[in-house]
Amino acid sequence: MAAKMKVIEGSMAVAEAVKACRPAVVSAYPITPQTHIVEDISQMIADGEMQNCEYVRTESEFGAASMIQGAEAAGARSFSATSSQGAVLMYEVLFSIAGMRLPCVIAMANRSVSSPLSIWNDHQDAISARDNGWIQLWAEDSQEAADMIIQAYRIGEDHRVLLPVMVNLDGFIITHTYEPVELYDQKMVDEFLPPYSPVYALDPKNPVTMGSLAQPEVYTEARYMIHQAQLKAKEVIEEVALEFKKKFGRYGGGLIDAYRMEDAEVALIAMGSIIGTMKDAVDEMRAEGMPVGVVKVRSYRPFPAEALRAALKDVKCACVIDRDISMGMEGALFTDLKAALYGKSKADILGFIAGMGGRDITIDDFKGMARKGFARIRGEKVTDMEWCKLDTDILPEGS
Amino acid sequence: MAALEDLFASGHRACAGCGCALTLKTLLRVTGPNVIIAQATGCMEVISTPYPESAWKVPWIHSLFENAAPVAAGIEAGLRATGRKNDTKVIAIGGDGATFDIGFGHLSGVMERGHDILYLCYDNEAYMNTGIQRSGSTPYDASTTTTPAGKLSFGNQRPKKNLPAIMAAHGVPYVAVTSIAYPADFTKKVRKALSIEGPKYIQVHATCTPGWGIDSAMSLEVLRLAVETAMYPLFEYENGQITSVHKIKDRKPVREYLEKQKRFAHLFKMPGGDKEIEKIQRIADLNAEHFGLDVKPKGKEAAAGKQ
Repeated sequence: MAAKMKVIEGSMAVAEAVKACRPAVVSAYPITPQTHIVEDISQMIADGEMQNCEYVRTESEFGAASMIQGAEAAGARSFSATSSQGAVLMYEVLFSIAGMRLPCVIAMANRSVSSPLSIWNDHQDAISARDNGWIQLWAEDSQEAADMIIQAYRIGEDHRVLLPVMVNLDGFIITHTYEPVELYDQKMVDEFLPPYSPVYALDPKNPVTMGSLAQPEVYTEARYMIHQAQLKAKEVIEEVALEFKKKFGRYGGGLIDAYRMEDAEVALIAMGSIIGTMKDAVDEMRAEGMPVGVVKVRSYRPFPAEALRAALKDVKCACVIDRDISMGMEGALFTDLKAALYGKSKADILGFIAGMGGRDITIDDFKGMARKGFARIRGEKVTDMEWCKLDTDILPEGS
Repeated sequence: MAALEDLFASGHRACAGCGCALTLKTLLRVTGPNVIIAQATGCMEVISTPYPESAWKVPWIHSLFENAAPVAAGIEAGLRATGRKNDTKVIAIGGDGATFDIGFGHLSGVMERGHDILYLCYDNEAYMNTGIQRSGSTPYDASTTTTPAGKLSFGNQRPKKNLPAIMAAHGVPYVAVTSIAYPADFTKKVRKALSIEGPKYIQVHATCTPGWGIDSAMSLEVLRLAVETAMYPLFEYENGQITSVHKIKDRKPVREYLEKQKRFAHLFKMPGGDKEIEKIQRIADLNAEHFGLDVKPKGKEAAAGKQ
């Protein structure tokens, strides 16, 4: 390994990965807790570490997304980062980028969405952007977030895929935490990630029309092709993860990652940084002789339905932890997992809404959820969906 | 004209007499093929790109309603960063809705940041694509579907937003207002804009025949009247200063411009309409005064000088 290990902030780890990918255009608009990523990149540019990169300080996240749309359409590898309200402001452009099959990469420092105003972590921002065509990868820690940036370009730019990729990392929890991270040898990244070669680009020598008006005769087909590209991306994500492992010695887990799932009767399923705490909870419960494991969803879109079915085939109860809610329904991952297992698994599935707006989720909380899974298996009365640690004392009467 | 072949092809779906389509066709005659266009949502996007057809023989991308400017800026940045900028010109195009209203903040950002693009606004003075609703560019007293004339209303009661002045206030090197009824003026200004590095803004008055309620054959005549009455002054700003104006010999009364369009027809029927027309005349007079549009008769001037 030619790489060096360094204790750095998660945002810096992401910025280092971005630098190694040699983007031609980076657009930036500050929003907490994403800010350090684009600040770190701006410093690298100021220090001459990122030559041939146009860094554009835009007037809004909408402008930032528009900039990378234009740049990518012109054949330039592009990057931006966002969070929360910023991501929501980008929303319309995110659809447009995916619809034009432009493989931009955005780092999403996950944060709750106002109102009420909260700057702290949950997953509502990315989950609310679930259906816009972007591939969504979810990191557990700084190393994985950084590795995912490099893999994201490989996946998105693959001619079988041609879709934008959003790399999700929990705001503050990953972005502002210092961890040891293995940095990149530029030569190795260059070997792993070839220069961007678009199928089509805006070029006067070969004029194309991008983003035509689609009448009812063709619109469905355009959407169908995006869906097919998402499905195709499943194998590409796996391939790229394996290739990354071969090159860099680390395996990100592909679509999902299973931890102590051998003979597990109860599984805890989630995305993002809480996976680490879940693993600790599982270790403690295993020590007490409880057969419980963890399934990490690394790729939320495309949704790894087959991989989850396989991982959960012998499980009796799956406990899904969502840091988001689809109002009037339930947590998004909970719904998706039930849909993926419907008619294909005998496992019971419980949903937990937890850790919204920065509320802590502890080892004990996860142990409590797993115990509910075991209670369900024993036939005790357990509600299908629960709001973890809901403080009923502060709710108005009648709520 | 640089190109012999029309790069904005015939066979698009624009209405007969559409001033905006004429604008695009003329624009590409000036630019030639070495250009990339980013275009906002609007009539001109809809009529020119119904898949699998395209009227564009140059590279073209549809952005969204509000972001033609930053998408064009992204294209320019991408070309520059990858060493492919060469002499390629990048042009963002939007109607007045995209430019004056929904895309205003993004346009301002792009102008302020100094990207080397030309922003061309075809100004037909309302949201024509969605069915003639008022925009920030709709002139005073025009009847639109959201500012209809009625028993209690003479139509739009706000003056037209002075976007050229706002653009000039950004300190950009070049801002021009022109009219597609004056193709030589339009051509000259586009050519000049493209010769300057940095952000440029051109606003071109262009008819919407159904929106204005005019006969297709009247398009250019009505546009010319807008200029000849000082309702639509043509001028240039360079680095924030007005450097040229299109002078008017024997300025015509605004009545001649208004009476030819259905959007102002109520002014000629409703009680109090005359007073409103007087108000509009004052707008034109102020334009003439502000830009010094009137050509003073030479004889009288000379006589006045002798006294």
